[in-house]
Amino acid sequence: MKIYPRQHHRVLQVITRLMVPFVLMFGLYVQFHGDYGPGGGFQAGVIFASAFILYGLIFGLHRTRKVLPPSTLRWLVSFGVLLYAGTGLLTMLLGGNLLDYDVLASNPLSGQHWGIFAVELGVGITVTSVMISLFYGFASKR
Amino acid sequence: MISMEHLIIGVLLAFLVVITIGIIVLRDLMAAVILTGLYSLVAAGAFVVMDAVDVAFTEAAVGSGISTILFLGAVSFTRAEQKPRGNDSWLAIVFVIATGALLIYGTLDMPRYGSAESPAQTHPQLGKRFLEQSADEVGPPNIVTSVLASYRGYDTLGETVVVFAAGIAVMSLLGLKRRRPEEEIPEHAPEDQPPELEQDTDRLT
Repeated sequence: MKIYPRQHHRVLQVITRLMVPFVLMFGLYVQFHGDYGPGGGFQAGVIFASAFILYGLIFGLHRTRKVLPPSTLRWLVSFGVLLYAGTGLLTMLLGGNLLDYDVLASNPLSGQHWGIFAVELGVGITVTSVMISLFYGFASKR
Repeated sequence: MISMEHLIIGVLLAFLVVITIGIIVLRDLMAAVILTGLYSLVAAGAFVVMDAVDVAFTEAAVGSGISTILFLGAVSFTRAEQKPRGNDSWLAIVFVIATGALLIYGTLDMPRYGSAESPAQTHPQLGKRFLEQSADEVGPPNIVTSVLASYRGYDTLGETVVVFAAGIAVMSLLGLKRRRPEEEIPEHAPEDQPPELEQDTDRLT
């Protein structure tokens, strides 16, 4: 994909500047409100990534990579999976089964709450960073 | 008597068929990619009508958002127009029709849409049990989240690893760094050069 900033994209640039914060905010809402409404880590990750992709399409890859360097992205891709698997290991260390969140807190329901929070966050981080790196991968050719 | 819901779903599914025919017929790859995005959006609409909001959400975000962009990226590696096809072989058409017929035959076994007698509804350990007990066992009001992240947390871990593996595969195939130092493009250069515009019209920008 050939992406670089151009002057005649002024309207798109202004609209993008306006939209990116709202898209990011909506991503966070979908991530952390997934217990109560539709949504969760997968959807939130994609929405969060789409804000970066929109920014990259309009302002160019170079500036996007300044915001989120590929080296950071590489860490984040693995960190999400590790957070998920780590939660599973933690529940095992605390004496439960793999991913049995009951043991994470004194009362099973809040244990479940924390477990789901951590696991969904892991999914969100991995999906976000994988989607952005797919975009970087395609966009950096040519 | 057909209910309103069935009517809407029928119309949306008919749209899907029309869009699919459009994708097959169109030679302009760019337009075909946009149509695949539209396909996902209409499918997401159908899922909303069927009360599968979480699935619709994913379909809209992934299907019509990210994959459209990735398809556009893939098209930008090749040409924007499909090569003219040679004569389609009869054998291929026979095979396609036979496969399609088999797939449709396979769906005949499935319970009717919304059927109260489907195994998911009647099995004592499924739907009803989750609806009744997930609030006490897991907590979240959105039972989809309870099932996804807790009851079948192990499967979701597998899915996350699949996403991770896909990301690693793409990174190792395409890399994240630019090959040419295109960063040299000055960010605030006065880029009022019409010729460049002309030349790029059939490519992605």
